[in-house]
Amino acid sequence: MSADILNIKQAAAPEGLRKWEREFTQGVKADATTFNRSGIPIKPLYTQRDWTGERQDEALGYPGQYPYTRGIYATMYRGRSWSQRQLIGLGVPEDYNQRVKEILDLGASALSLIPCNSVFRGYDADEVPHELLGTCGTVINHVKDMDTALDGVPIGDLSTAMNDPSPFTLLAFELAVARRRGIPWTRITGTSNQSDCISHFVANHMFFRLALQGARRVVIDHIKFCNAYVPNWNPLSIVGQHMQQAGATPAEAMAFTLASGIQYAEDCIAAGMDPDQFLPRFTFFFDISVSLFEEVAKFRAGRRIWARLCRERFGAKDPRSWRFKFHGQTSGVDLTRQQPLNNIARVTTQAMAGILGGLQSLHTDGYDEVFSTPTAEAARIAVATQNILREEAHLTDVIDPLGGSYYIESLTDDMEAKINKIIAMIDEVGGMYNAVEKGMVQQMIGDSALAFQKQVDSGSQTVVGVNAYQTEEDPGTYPSLEYPEPARMQGYLQRLAQFKRERSNADVDAALTALARSTEGRNANVFEHVVKAAEAGATHGEICGTLRKELGFGHPLTMV
Amino acid sequence: MAARPPRVIVTKIGFDGHDRGSRVISATLRDAGMEVIYTPPWQEIATVVKLATEEDADVIGISSLATDHLIIPQLMDALRNAGLSDVQVIVGGIVPAKDEARLLEAGVARVFHPGAALDDVVTDVIALTAKRRQLQGESA
Repeated sequence: MSADILNIKQAAAPEGLRKWEREFTQGVKADATTFNRSGIPIKPLYTQRDWTGERQDEALGYPGQYPYTRGIYATMYRGRSWSQRQLIGLGVPEDYNQRVKEILDLGASALSLIPCNSVFRGYDADEVPHELLGTCGTVINHVKDMDTALDGVPIGDLSTAMNDPSPFTLLAFELAVARRRGIPWTRITGTSNQSDCISHFVANHMFFRLALQGARRVVIDHIKFCNAYVPNWNPLSIVGQHMQQAGATPAEAMAFTLASGIQYAEDCIAAGMDPDQFLPRFTFFFDISVSLFEEVAKFRAGRRIWARLCRERFGAKDPRSWRFKFHGQTSGVDLTRQQPLNNIARVTTQAMAGILGGLQSLHTDGYDEVFSTPTAEAARIAVATQNILREEAHLTDVIDPLGGSYYIESLTDDMEAKINKIIAMIDEVGGMYNAVEKGMVQQMIGDSALAFQKQVDSGSQTVVGVNAYQTEEDPGTYPSLEYPEPARMQGYLQRLAQFKRERSNADVDAALTALARSTEGRNANVFEHVVKAAEAGATHGEICGTLRKELGFGHPLTMV
Repeated sequence: MAARPPRVIVTKIGFDGHDRGSRVISATLRDAGMEVIYTPPWQEIATVVKLATEEDADVIGISSLATDHLIIPQLMDALRNAGLSDVQVIVGGIVPAKDEARLLEAGVARVFHPGAALDDVVTDVIALTAKRRQLQGESA
C-alpha cells in the first residue's frame, strides 16, 4: 500500500494518523489498491481529511431538504415504512388474484403486476406459442382479465404498480375497471413501472411494439394524460435496473438513468408541460447489488444530482419536483445457483443497502430466482427479510444512519463525480436518444458486463460457491415452480375467444380506428385513445397491433 | 483448435429480451478466435434454422432467461427436418433441472447454468465443433 493513497504526508497530520499509517504499511505488504464495481479506488481508512463536513449544509442539507442527500422526506421511515412491493405474476388472471390475496395477508403493502412475456411483446395469448403462456407472468389481455386479477382488491386504497411498457394497456385496463366499479381515477395510485422506453431499447428489450421514436411520442402523451386525469398516478418510472442487470456498473446505471430523466423532462418541456406539474410524478427504479457501501453512495449521490438538475437545469420551483423517489429491487444477477440458500444472505445485504440508501419501495428477490420464477416459500422468505430488517434489526430507527461517515460521504462525492462525467458525455452527443441510436450506451454496458465476468473468472472478485468455497451438491433437489397446466391455459384461450365474441365489435373497430388516427400529427393524445379502446373492449394485442402499424415496429438496438 | 475456427450462432428465441448473457458469450467466443454470428433477441425458430444453413454453423448457442427454453425442442425438430442434426446446440441461462433433462433428451448437447466459467464454454464449443465436423464427415 503506497502511503500517498492516504494523502496524509502532504499536510501536517496528527501524530496518531501518522502512527497508524506506519503500522498499516508494515502490516499490509502488498500494494493492493481496491476498486469498487464502479472503478473508484477504495482506501483502507477514511478520516476527516477525506470529508471535513465544511460544506455540510450545501452538500447534504437535512432530510426533506434540498439537495436531499439524506433523504427526500423529513420523516423518512420514522413516518412510514418503505412500501413492500413484491413482483408477482404467473398463470392466468385467477392465479394472480389468489397470489395477490396471499401476499397482502403476509404484509405486502402495495401490489405489482408482472404480465406474461407475450404481453410485454405486444401480443394476445392466441397469437403466440402456447408453451410459453403464463410461465413468466400473468396473461392479461383485456379489461375483463384485469377485473378478475383485481377481484376483491381495493384498488382505490392501495397502490398498484403495473409492469407495463408502452402503450400502457395495463393501466388502461385498470382505469376501465375503476370506472366500472365507480372508483374515481383521482383515487388510483401507483406507477407505470416499465414506461421508460429508453431502458428497454438499450438493455432488456422487453417490448416488441413501437419503434423508438413512436415509443418516445406515446410516453409523453401518457405522462400528459395521467397528469390531467389520473393525478396521483406516477406515469413515468425511469429505470436503471435494466441497465445494471445488463452489466452497467452502479455509477453507469445511475448516470444513464439520470440522463434518461433529463431526456424525458426536456421532451415534456418541449411538449408544453410545466416542470412543476410533471416532475413530482417522475419516479425511478434501481437495481441494488450486494456491493453495500457503493450502493448506498450511489443512491445518495443520485438524489443530490437529480435535485440540482431539477432546480437549476429545468427551473422547477416546487420542492416536490426536486425529490428523487425510487423503488429498488435486489439484484438477481448477484444470486448463484450454487449453494442457493446463500442467496438469502445476499438479498439481505442488498436490501440493507437499499434501505440505508433511502429507498421508497422495495422488492426483495426470492432465493430461488436462478432456478425459476420464485416459489411461494421463497417469496415468503423475501417478504420476511424486509420485516426482519425493519422490526428486528431496527434499520428504520435513524434517518440516513451512515450520513456523516467519512467513508460514505467521500464515496458519495466520488460517485457523484463519476456519474456527472458520464452524464456530460451523453449531453455532449445530444442526449440519451442520440447516445442510444449511436450504440454508445449499449457498448459501455456490454464492456462492463464482460469486464465483471472476467473478474469472476479470474477470481479477483469472489463469488461464494462459484469461484471460492465450492461444495459438491446436487442442484436437482431444489424446488422449482410448476408451469401452468396446459388445460388451464386452454381454458383461458377459450374465455378469450368468448370475450371477443360477446363484445361489441363495432365499438372496438371504431375505437381502434380512432386510436390509429390519433397518431397522425401531434394534436391528439394517443394514450387517451388507448384508454378508450380498452374501455370499448379492445384487447392488448389489438391495441399494440394498431400502434405498431402506425408508429413502426421496434427492433432491439443491440450489438456485440 | 481445428484448422477452420468454429462457427457459432449466438441467439435468443421466444419472447425474452435480456441479452447480457448472449452478448458476453459472443464477445468471449470471438476473443477466443471463433467466428460468431450474433443475433438480437426474439428470433423465430425458422430464422435460426435458415441462418444455421446459410452460415454453415457448427454450434448454435441459445440464451434463455425467461422460460423460452420451453420451445427449444421445437428448434431441435426443425433442425432435424432441415437435415442439420449434426449441428450442436448448447443452451445457457435459467433452466430448471427437470427441464434440462427434457432438453438433453431432445438432443441439446449441453446446458450451462449461471456461474458457468467462460473458459468452460470455450472448451466445450471447441469440442462440440470437432464432434460436428466428424459427424459431417461421416455423412458426407
